[in-house]
Amino acid sequence: MYFAVAAAILVVMVLALVRALLGPTLFDRILAINTFGTKTVLLIAVLGLIAGRFDFIDIALVYALINFISIVAVLRFAEYSDNAEGPENP
Amino acid sequence: MAGFLDILSWILLLVGGFLGITGAVGLFRFPDFFTRLHAASVTDTLCAGFIVLGLMLQAPDAMMVIKLLLILLILTYTSPTAAHALAKSALHGGLKPLLHEPEAIPEPEGEEAAPQTQGETPSAP
Amino acid sequence: MLAATALSVVFLRDLFTIVMLFGIYSLLSAGFFVTMDAVDVALTEAAVGAGVTTVLMLGTLALTSRKEKISRTPPSMIPLGVVVVTGLVLVYGTLDMPSLGDPDAPIHQHVAPRYIEQSYEEVGMPNIVTSVLASYRGYDTLGEVVVIFTAGLGVLTLLGIGGDDRHRVRPPEMAHHLVLRVISRAMIPLILLYALYIQFHGDYGPGGGFQAGVIFGAAIILYTMIFGLAKAEQLISPLFLRYMMGVGVLIYGGTGVLTLLLGGNFLDYDTLAHDPLHGQHYGILAVELGVGITVTAVVISIFFYFTGRGSQSGEDEQ
Repeated sequence: MYFAVAAAILVVMVLALVRALLGPTLFDRILAINTFGTKTVLLIAVLGLIAGRFDFIDIALVYALINFISIVAVLRFAEYSDNAEGPENP
Repeated sequence: MAGFLDILSWILLLVGGFLGITGAVGLFRFPDFFTRLHAASVTDTLCAGFIVLGLMLQAPDAMMVIKLLLILLILTYTSPTAAHALAKSALHGGLKPLLHEPEAIPEPEGEEAAPQTQGETPSAP
Repeated sequence: MLAATALSVVFLRDLFTIVMLFGIYSLLSAGFFVTMDAVDVALTEAAVGAGVTTVLMLGTLALTSRKEKISRTPPSMIPLGVVVVTGLVLVYGTLDMPSLGDPDAPIHQHVAPRYIEQSYEEVGMPNIVTSVLASYRGYDTLGEVVVIFTAGLGVLTLLGIGGDDRHRVRPPEMAHHLVLRVISRAMIPLILLYALYIQFHGDYGPGGGFQAGVIFGAAIILYTMIFGLAKAEQLISPLFLRYMMGVGVLIYGGTGVLTLLLGGNFLDYDTLAHDPLHGQHYGILAVELGVGITVTAVVISIFFYFTGRGSQSGEDEQ
């Protein structure tokens, strides 16, 4: 039932993780992490529904906000960091 | 009525899951960062929207529906913004989008293709 | 996924990527906690590990270099050996432990049943985690708040005081990100409101002082990143933050002293009102408030000090 959706979200997360590890440029990795974060929010909401615990929605809500702030932080440091050499290979 | 809601939420959840997987596959297969950004962020927002809508139909009480609605609003607000910020930072950081096919094609077609792209770009808006 | 992330953290050299992978690791841990039905912990882990820690580590990265130095000496096998042996011994030790959730396990026999069964009568709130944290184990939580305060003090002494104010370079703000500015103006009040909700709703759902403080701090960090350190310091002056760090701990300790003065033990909330249940409510409210204030102040202070020192040659967008 909902396990199918949860499984789909998990698959997406694994793929995003692979892209985060692979992605030739820095921004690929940031993109992958953004995707990962959004999918985590969804996963927590779905898991909450599966388990019947309704407190999980609070966690999902917090994480949605934190994900946004975190991505903005990463972008700020990627753009203005002292030692940023632009998008490059590790 | 309950059955109808169930079926509707099922459809929404499945469409959301499908969109998510499509986005992830796109994240994998597209050749360039900007194309990947486009695939991932568009499908991400839509997938989140559909799944949350599907969950809302399944929620047992009003408080949960309101919180899910808040999550939907937040994701709709911030997900495209994050994608926009990503694209802007990437451009600012010097990442160039892939504009035409790399010259790996054999000669005759290469000579035809190159003048065509060069002829097209000045007229692009 | 956890193992893959951890391994890749060890083997990659680009510190930036590593910081982000740490974020993913925290997220996975939060997901783990969610599946184990530990809601408060998951909330704290999501808020702290994936948000604030990533931001602060990035702040550190801006001050140091982005790549890990390659060590000249060949890696010796001794540390690896020690770690492997310790790990094996630990695994061997866990073989003896009762399985997860076994009702006969000793951990479930002594204090836990009392907490679970009597918490509602004695403290009067549904969230047992908060009641244990703030009432049954209030003393430990006082220690935690003092630890956070000390951490803030540490950062303060290392980075803040010392006459650096004249040489502080203003880091460039994201002035040209119009979309971000507009959206953040809309989001920040909502985030602050939500942090307030988490602070006071900690009695009934997941939440409490620590999480709320971190979310408050995260909202102000967002504001600082987008609108610039100068504006943020006009909004909340660092001096105010220094006072707030201490005020939070004072509120906590003060509640304890108040209970002493009213005739009970230290941090015995029963004495705070006309009947024990209300006393517990007031006591927990007060101490969670203290925790929230200190955590907020420390998080924002650390971020201010990190960004104030960074970017010696940042590109100026003005």
